[in-house]
Amino acid sequence: MSDLLKIADKTYHSRLLVGTGKYQDFAQTRAAIDASGAEIITVAIRRTNIGQNSGEPSLLDFLPPEEFTYLPNTAGCYSADDAVRTLRLARELLDGHKLVKLEVLGDPNTLYPNMIETIAAAKVLVKDGFDVMVYCSDDPIMAKQLEEIGCCAVMPLASLIGSGMGILNPWNLQIIIANANIPVLVDAGVGTASDAAIAMELGCQGILMNTAIAAAGNPVLMASAMKKAVQAGREAYLAGRMPKKLYSASPSSPSAGLIV
Amino acid sequence: MQLIINGKFRDFDSAGFSVAHLVSTLALEGKRLAIECNGEIVPRSQFAEKQLTDGDKLEIVGAVGGG
Repeated sequence: MSDLLKIADKTYHSRLLVGTGKYQDFAQTRAAIDASGAEIITVAIRRTNIGQNSGEPSLLDFLPPEEFTYLPNTAGCYSADDAVRTLRLARELLDGHKLVKLEVLGDPNTLYPNMIETIAAAKVLVKDGFDVMVYCSDDPIMAKQLEEIGCCAVMPLASLIGSGMGILNPWNLQIIIANANIPVLVDAGVGTASDAAIAMELGCQGILMNTAIAAAGNPVLMASAMKKAVQAGREAYLAGRMPKKLYSASPSSPSAGLIV
Repeated sequence: MQLIINGKFRDFDSAGFSVAHLVSTLALEGKRLAIECNGEIVPRSQFAEKQLTDGDKLEIVGAVGGG
């Protein structure tokens, strides 16, 4: 069955998008990403170390941009201006690459998004020709406004970045999904495989995660688990679950032909 | 001349050289990076022609692991 994720006119087989931070080393990063099956990987844009270890390998040596779709992010940005500046540098860095992840944070303790700055940045970036996947609060009105601005995907948090608390408000996610005409992906908060499956069963088009894999006891094995959970959740969503009933009164085995 | 690179002052013996020369001096040749000079992006195609002057503020960035 062909069930592809479509983002900004490009299609992907994997609905699991992964970050590249917090791993022990680049070899582990690569192994985990291979196990996850992810095609889209996020990277951060930072000042280059100057005058030291110039021969040392970089992330790009292990994850060639020809092999993956890079999703440069604006992690660490607290204003629309900083986020826009960062992504313009990313576009230059990646030879005119348009697909980006916008996130504008509101405070360093929770890393909760600042939606006012996020919306301001989204307007500038869309106008500037970027394909914007946007990290946002799970507020259905905010998600709708980001869609109307022209973002190519909205990515509400399931719980705080790096918290591993799972899907805290499935009801809001369902409202966002029901109202959206663009892909909705859960970004942030997934802790383990069942969280990923739940998000996909709700009808999310995909999941973006980093810490759940990188901070697992065995990141490569967790990456494999996440791949399966995302696939399982997606298939369950497409299959359509049975209705929940307090009493069944409908046994799975025939009532006729009993021996007593 | 003096340049401010990634927030740090750096002194250079010669003056009036190009971005391409700076990249080579800093042993960054062949690395994938993006450069901003005084808040404006310098496209890679213009590294050779873009001349730097005393006091220019440069940001040299690359991609690193992130979520």
